[in-house]
Amino acid sequence: MLKVDSINVYYGGIHALKGVSLEVREGEIVTLIGANGAGKSTTLRTISGLIKPKNGQIEFEGKNITGVPAHHIVSLGISQVPEGRRVFANMSVLENLELGAYLRQDAKGVEADMAQVFERFPRLAERKSQLAGTLSGGEQQMLAMGRALMSRPRLLLLDEPSMGLAPLLVKEIFAIIKDINAGGTTILLVEQNANMALSIADTAYVLETGRITLSGTAKELSQSEAIRKAYLGG
Amino acid sequence: MEFTHQLIQQLINGVSLGSIYALIALGYTMVYGIIRLINFAHGDIYMLGAYVGFFATTTFKMPFLPALIMAMAVAAVVGIVIERAAYRPLRQAPKIAVLITAIGVSLLLEYGGMILVTPQPRTFPAVFPAHTYNIGGIIVNNQQIVILAVSIALMVLLTYIVHRTKTGKAMRAVSFDTDAARLMGIDVDRIISITFAIGSGLAAAAGVLVGIYYNSIDPLMGIMPGLKAFVAAVLGGIGIIPGAMLGGIILGVIEALVSGFISSTFRDAAAFAILIVILLFRPSGLLGKNVREKV
Ligand SMILES: Nc1ncnc2c1ncn2[C@@H]1O[C@H](COP(=O)(O)OP(=O)(O)OP(=O)(O)O)[C@@H](O)[C@H]1O
Ligand SMILES: [Mg+2]
Repeated sequence: MLKVDSINVYYGGIHALKGVSLEVREGEIVTLIGANGAGKSTTLRTISGLIKPKNGQIEFEGKNITGVPAHHIVSLGISQVPEGRRVFANMSVLENLELGAYLRQDAKGVEADMAQVFERFPRLAERKSQLAGTLSGGEQQMLAMGRALMSRPRLLLLDEPSMGLAPLLVKEIFAIIKDINAGGTTILLVEQNANMALSIADTAYVLETGRITLSGTAKELSQSEAIRKAYLGG
Repeated sequence: MEFTHQLIQQLINGVSLGSIYALIALGYTMVYGIIRLINFAHGDIYMLGAYVGFFATTTFKMPFLPALIMAMAVAAVVGIVIERAAYRPLRQAPKIAVLITAIGVSLLLEYGGMILVTPQPRTFPAVFPAHTYNIGGIIVNNQQIVILAVSIALMVLLTYIVHRTKTGKAMRAVSFDTDAARLMGIDVDRIISITFAIGSGLAAAAGVLVGIYYNSIDPLMGIMPGLKAFVAAVLGGIGIIPGAMLGGIILGVIEALVSGFISSTFRDAAAFAILIVILLFRPSGLLGKNVREKV
């Protein structure tokens, strides 16, 4: 479904991604794990079209999408929940969700998806007209996910959805991710919480300072000695 | 009694003058909210609007409303072109480069305007016969009523657009977090163009209204009101739409009160003094308590 082929990304003089390649197959949950500054967010931002790679290619459903601007990427069926949630704090929950459906013309479908989001996240339903900035961290994460789902993506990119959340809430969020995937949405999940990520993923990649250093099935990786030492705390 | 009369009279004058500042201030604040640029050419768009209104009513014999709409439309297009040609290529450039470009565009419009329409002030035609109403000693003329009515209508329309329409929500989203807005599928460049169009249209409306009010227009007429509208925008909290409206009205009222009760010589000095005092106490402007809430 998604093929990233040896992309190089620079921020000015900083070489952030050094020939990163990865593949996401339809229906899977793929996780990309790695330490701070490894380039995980940069990878997602490049796929979403927010940054252009210097070279290399990104292919989605057989189409070359390298260098396609971000607002077109969304219409192709890729949606991202960015790191730090980035909800529109000065707008209501409802307005945030409406913005998620910005490109859609099918009012009926949007309405149905909105109802589905509220069903999935009942806490958002109770807070429709509340300003997003006044939601708790967990609620904001749910809103960011709901907002991304409103474009009805076939591929959902999640950047550290567990960041800053209490363990119980992390469990809840991961259960929801699994559920979204079960509903037919393919997922590329960036995480520092390798334990949790590997427990729900099919395939995993490890990113270290801009390079993929390991990849395999999530099961293989969670048993690998190197991964256990580096990311799973023993 | 004499004093209250005088006070009410100056308040009325101040509110009509202030609503003009508010219309111009809105363009400053909207553009700032979306690309963090103080568009110094904005006052000259107001001048351009006045001239389009002038030629529409004189050369083309248009009535007031079509002339107003025409001025707004022309200014909107010019605003879009300026953004495309002068600011967009500098999107990644340092702030100071863009600021200097804005000053350059401003000078281009002022002196280009002089070549095009001569530096001679023009007398704006009386679009409707002047009529004054004396309500218990307080003088209101129909120009003031028109200024107020048009300004209020435009501000209500703008508020509706920003809060209720899809484009307005996109504008607020871009203003708050540009990259997050992109991830929603919002074409940020398009939203920036629309913002320039709306801001320029409002300034042009102000230009036409001023032409009607003061009868006289010239190519440098945008400098002082442009500066004051900028002050009004900062006063209300730059980037905040209701702030620009409030700031404009307050500035107009202060000016009228100073002219009426002290001396019109101190009018401008008073306006800027007030700005300094308010910013000492509220550095982010009157409505700018929450720094992140921009539109
Ligand atoms: N806007 C930027 N300008 C310059 N350098 C940047 C920028 N964004 C990221 N970088 C650099 O690129 C590298 C990769 O950053 P990235 O945000 O992709 O890491 P990450 O794996 O997501 O880290 P984290 O887990 O902390 O979110 C880092 O060295 C970072 O300093
Ligand atoms: Mg990151």
